[in-house]
Amino acid sequence: MEFFVDPSRCIGCQSCVQACSECDTHKGQSMIHLEYVERSVSTQTTPVICMHCDSPTCAEVCPADAIKRTADGVVQSARKPRCIACNNCVLACPFGVPKMMVEFDLMMKCDMCYDRTSVGKKPMCASVCPSQALFFGTREQIEQSRPNAAPLNRFQFGNQEITTKVNMMVPATHAARVEHIDVAAALESGPTERRVALSVMDPGQQGVR
Amino acid sequence: MTMDKKISLPVITPDGRPPEAQPKWRHDFPIDVPEADYVARRDFTKFMVLTSFAFVIGQFWIGLKRAFRRESAGTSAQRIASVAAVPVGGAVSFSFPKPNDACLLMRTGTDDFVAYSAKCTHLSCAVLPDVKNNALRCPCHNGLFDLATGRPLAGPPSRPLPRIRIEVRKGEIFATAVEERMT
Repeated sequence: MEFFVDPSRCIGCQSCVQACSECDTHKGQSMIHLEYVERSVSTQTTPVICMHCDSPTCAEVCPADAIKRTADGVVQSARKPRCIACNNCVLACPFGVPKMMVEFDLMMKCDMCYDRTSVGKKPMCASVCPSQALFFGTREQIEQSRPNAAPLNRFQFGNQEITTKVNMMVPATHAARVEHIDVAAALESGPTERRVALSVMDPGQQGVR
Repeated sequence: MTMDKKISLPVITPDGRPPEAQPKWRHDFPIDVPEADYVARRDFTKFMVLTSFAFVIGQFWIGLKRAFRRESAGTSAQRIASVAAVPVGGAVSFSFPKPNDACLLMRTGTDDFVAYSAKCTHLSCAVLPDVKNNALRCPCHNGLFDLATGRPLAGPPSRPLPRIRIEVRKGEIFATAVEERMT
């Protein structure tokens, strides 16, 4: 069972945000981020969950040794007795996942609903997502149900390359060409111009921009 | 004998070098729980040996401390009051053997004197004499001690009050020793 995130399927319904706060390991706090991609030009949203890196930057920068990864590769929330609420992980995480809970003096982050996924259940967000932008299942299932997309779990942030446990769905034509998702480059380039041709009109006469 | 470390995850380090080339602190503070919880047999043995050694040292230290205390325990007699100054049924407070050890002297009869430490054996509140009712009361938690023996009669205290041995020499009352009792 693996976690697959497909931002293009996100409809911004906030279901995952609500479901997240109901997970037993999150103590009533929602750990998921639902972000607008480019608010000024689009209503497109994307859910941001912890990608559970193979070399977790949050844990690397933790001065208190509070962030640990369990044997199944899930990076856990900061340990309460150790966390000194220094915000290092919040600043360091390339995906912007950790949340500083000032009222608890504790960093909390998505732990893939560890109480659920460790016993084979879906995480709360994936269990409620109506468009399955957050999908938790086997690789065969996702290949069968989404032939036009392919999972990719390598990301490039400047000089830092990250391999993650959670997969990002990219267009299948794209996945064959690229080795990783270059996040920094994607941030610099604006949204590309999009030409939409409607079949009801004669494309020869005028294209509708 | 060595035990194989069982780590299911590939260890990927930020600088890309193999785990053997990493600095020592990275091995001391591993990110993965199985590695962090792993205790080598040698480390465990070292911990056990050093801990037992510390216990032995501690025992010797306690023994030495006790020996020194015994040597300095010889307290000299201290004058409390003259017999005439304490009426029958009256009480006098004094300090013995040190200035901060509050004690109580009570005259229960013409020739009968008793003295106890005034610190309640429950939580060290000051006990109050009640000679008329043959008792010592602690107001903090309603502890009650027998006046004749100093033993607890009611309330939370379970140990008797330390008794102060007293001597009457030529009309003067002297405290000579503290008698600690556990039961």
